[in-house]
Amino acid sequence: MFVARSIAADHKDLIHDVSFDFHGRRMATCSSDQSVKTHSGSVWRVTWAHPEFGQVLASCSFDRTAAVWEEIVGESNDKLRGQSHWVKRTTLVDSRTSVTDVKFAPKHMGLMLATCSADGIVRIYEAPDVMNLSQWSLQHEISCKLSCSCISWNPSSSRAHSPMIAVGSDDSSPNTMAKVQIFEYNENTRKYAKAETLMTVTDPVHDIAFAPNLGRSFHILAIATKDVRIFTLKPVRVLIMLMYLAVFLSANYMDNWKCTGILKGNGSPVNGSSQQGSSNPSLGSNIPNLQNSLNGSSAGRYFFPPLDSPRAGSRWSSYAQLLPPPPPPPPPPPPPLVEHSCDADTASLQYPHPHRGYFSRPLNPLPENEGV
Amino acid sequence: MEELDGEPTVTLIPGVNSKKKQMCFDWGPGEMLVCETSFNKKEQPEMVPNCPFIYIIRKDIDIYSKILRKLFNESHGIFVGLQRIEEELTGKSRKAQLVRVSKNYRSVIRACMEEMHQVAIAAKDPVSGRQLSSQVSILSAMELIWNLCEILFIEVAPAGPLLLHLLDWVRLHVCEVDSLSADVLGSENPSKHDNFWNLPGNTQTLTELELKWQHWHEECERHLQDGTFAASPHLESLCKIMLGDEAALLEHKELLSNWYHFLVTRLLYSHPTVKPIDLHFYAQSSLDLFLGGESSPEPLDNILMAAFEFDIHQVIKECSIALSNWWFVAHLTDLLDHCKLLQSHNLYFGSNMREFLLLEYASGLFAHHSLWQLGVDYFDYCPELGRVSLELHIERIPLNTEQKALKVLRICEQRQMTEQVRSICKILAMKAVRNNRLGSALSWSIRAKDAAFATLVSDRFLRDYCERGCFSDLDLIDNLGPAMMLSDRLTFLGKYREFHRLYGEKRFVDAASLLLSLMTSQIAPRSFWMTLLTDALPLLEQKQVIFSAEQTYELMRCLEDLTSERPEHGEPDAQQLQDDDIETTKVEMLRLALARNLAGAILREGSLEGS
Repeated sequence: MFVARSIAADHKDLIHDVSFDFHGRRMATCSSDQSVKTHSGSVWRVTWAHPEFGQVLASCSFDRTAAVWEEIVGESNDKLRGQSHWVKRTTLVDSRTSVTDVKFAPKHMGLMLATCSADGIVRIYEAPDVMNLSQWSLQHEISCKLSCSCISWNPSSSRAHSPMIAVGSDDSSPNTMAKVQIFEYNENTRKYAKAETLMTVTDPVHDIAFAPNLGRSFHILAIATKDVRIFTLKPVRVLIMLMYLAVFLSANYMDNWKCTGILKGNGSPVNGSSQQGSSNPSLGSNIPNLQNSLNGSSAGRYFFPPLDSPRAGSRWSSYAQLLPPPPPPPPPPPPPLVEHSCDADTASLQYPHPHRGYFSRPLNPLPENEGV
Repeated sequence: MEELDGEPTVTLIPGVNSKKKQMCFDWGPGEMLVCETSFNKKEQPEMVPNCPFIYIIRKDIDIYSKILRKLFNESHGIFVGLQRIEEELTGKSRKAQLVRVSKNYRSVIRACMEEMHQVAIAAKDPVSGRQLSSQVSILSAMELIWNLCEILFIEVAPAGPLLLHLLDWVRLHVCEVDSLSADVLGSENPSKHDNFWNLPGNTQTLTELELKWQHWHEECERHLQDGTFAASPHLESLCKIMLGDEAALLEHKELLSNWYHFLVTRLLYSHPTVKPIDLHFYAQSSLDLFLGGESSPEPLDNILMAAFEFDIHQVIKECSIALSNWWFVAHLTDLLDHCKLLQSHNLYFGSNMREFLLLEYASGLFAHHSLWQLGVDYFDYCPELGRVSLELHIERIPLNTEQKALKVLRICEQRQMTEQVRSICKILAMKAVRNNRLGSALSWSIRAKDAAFATLVSDRFLRDYCERGCFSDLDLIDNLGPAMMLSDRLTFLGKYREFHRLYGEKRFVDAASLLLSLMTSQIAPRSFWMTLLTDALPLLEQKQVIFSAEQTYELMRCLEDLTSERPEHGEPDAQQLQDDDIETTKVEMLRLALARNLAGAILREGSLEGS
């Protein structure tokens, strides 16, 4: 059961993004209104840096810039003693088109951020001195060839994982395929190289987010297009491992994604009461039902492990005919690409923090596998 | 087996126009931000007025209930106690201990129920009164289910005692009909009934009992056949009831509050020595007969039925769906796991169902400003993912007060979560620096073992000193102790302060040596040398000679080092020229003082000790 309380937003125009800080104590919003002159165009996104760097925000805008802001507490001498205000520390002007997303990198990478623009370029900046937020240097420029709409850093701080960034494109032409690209940092070349393209995503992507990594060896990525899809990315080093992993995974239970809550506007001010019931939010958007679909094979170093066949009588069984027969025992066929997707009127999407059951409920941990 | 979920619940957000607009959102550690927006960036928005609100959405509202909080607190104690005695639980006493734990949990539920009931009655506002009453009935259902699980799974009552336990169970939860049932269902021979069932201390075996009962049953039947009660339909009906005639029982359906009451009554009179494995037959038929095709089973009925079928997983599954938080399934599953009743069902990455439920429950607690402390212990007892979950959650706890921060840090340090300690201290140190609380920043940097940041803060201290001529937070700097070694700059700061102390205590010779050593040992930053030399001036100008000749030569060398290094200025402006002037004057004064001191030192050393 969800309960909502409201606070008045101080914006006079459409709000584009909201963001909680790390502790969930402060929030930032950005909009198209020009009442506070932060940018000279609509501000699309706003995001907080990790509090280890202080109170720092980044914003990006239609005016082709991204900006970094710092909260200053007034010095004891001047009138603003004890009061805090926000100061723009730097403006990043390298983009020639609207900057559509800005995200700070995980804190173990230092004070680093990435921006993406409508011109299809992802730029990664670093501030070598965390106490001096006016000095940022452009470290990488990654060309995505398609207009970019969203980025997400892989939050994993494990040494086993190189820095990784996923980029989504809202290019609406039907021919282009690479709507989601994943880039990984290569220690040897000291550059970001494309690691994977998710070929099955053909609709414009509005938002993208990695899940927190709880010590897994693989990654989970969610993508918001006209529905919401969840991918698992598993790094594979040696081909031999494929066999082992295929067997391992089919023996273990794979969690299923289910919509457990819906937030919907009702258009008029009422007491936003909800019905009784139990739910865990998975991804807060309009997700009426879930589909399961499998597509053709993937390419690249990553493969997407096969799903257990749904059990008879389960919600999934009506889509059973879409599933190919379970892969035969070794040698396995080229591993299929697996995604869970749900219909949605699109969503701006962030990963819930780990306690927000992005697992399904414990309905599923049952060993019976009655087959399709 | 059939899939059980209902449709996901829909929560309405007032003021947001879902037809024309969309919503953007962000997850926080405990809540979610939602706001109306439009993803169509290219078009000019139609003149549809925007929703002026930002919504903060909260899911686990139960943790904010004052009364339920007691449930969480007390059950936490029971939970931790159970984990701790696990090793000691052996042999025969094990079962008894586990039953005791189960009863403890139940008594906590009942206490909570009682309290909530009182508040519900006293509630002035009918809406909240209704809400509380509904909460009471949920708690009552929880206790009902738990009690049944205790009888069937934990107590593992065998045939014979099983029915006794079930009788107690029904009596406890159907108390309002108790008086009536006594009248209708057993008034004929209550004493006979009680004695018959006086099992504690009863040394009869089950077979003996069964034989006895069979005999009595046959006698009753004979009475009925013979028409002994023909004169009184009431008595005849009673007799039929006591023979377990279902139709007769159902005629008095209004006195039986529910199907499990019916079930137990039936069993009492027709199959008192029912075996556990046969229960579910009778349960199913009781349910069907009682509902009579008029209504369908409710979630509670399904849960109880699953219990009668000894399908633990189904019980847990259904409870998870029906209940609004994880408290019940987490604790019950944990207890059943201790009873070794759950086969290990490996989830995705190796944790089992018990752990999954505990993780979900504990995660929910972290959204609360004080209940998070309970969550820590639950994570501790999740061997697979508990630690990493704790690491992720504990960093997000807002550290509004120093006390809270220290509490969090203590928890991290106890578990050797060094990265979290470092991160939290760093966050606090940074906050302190931004608010110009240098002492606090320094102590957090030291605790974080962050040498770089300690250097930074020390630099600020020194800068402050240069600007204001005095130190802040003297207490802290004076008592650094071995922490001083964390960074060179910090060591310098500590030693420099020591110099000032020595000077204040008029221990000039010691102060002088220290001052010199600060420069010669290279721990003083170059930029500070001028200040140090200026500090030496008063020592040089004392009547008595403090610096020895040797030391004076050293000082001179330092001064020359410093002055020879001065970079050429590009285009000196007025301010710079003025600064240069001051610098030159200082240097001149120093040179003079040093020269005079040297002279005095040589004289003294020449005459006193004959070098």
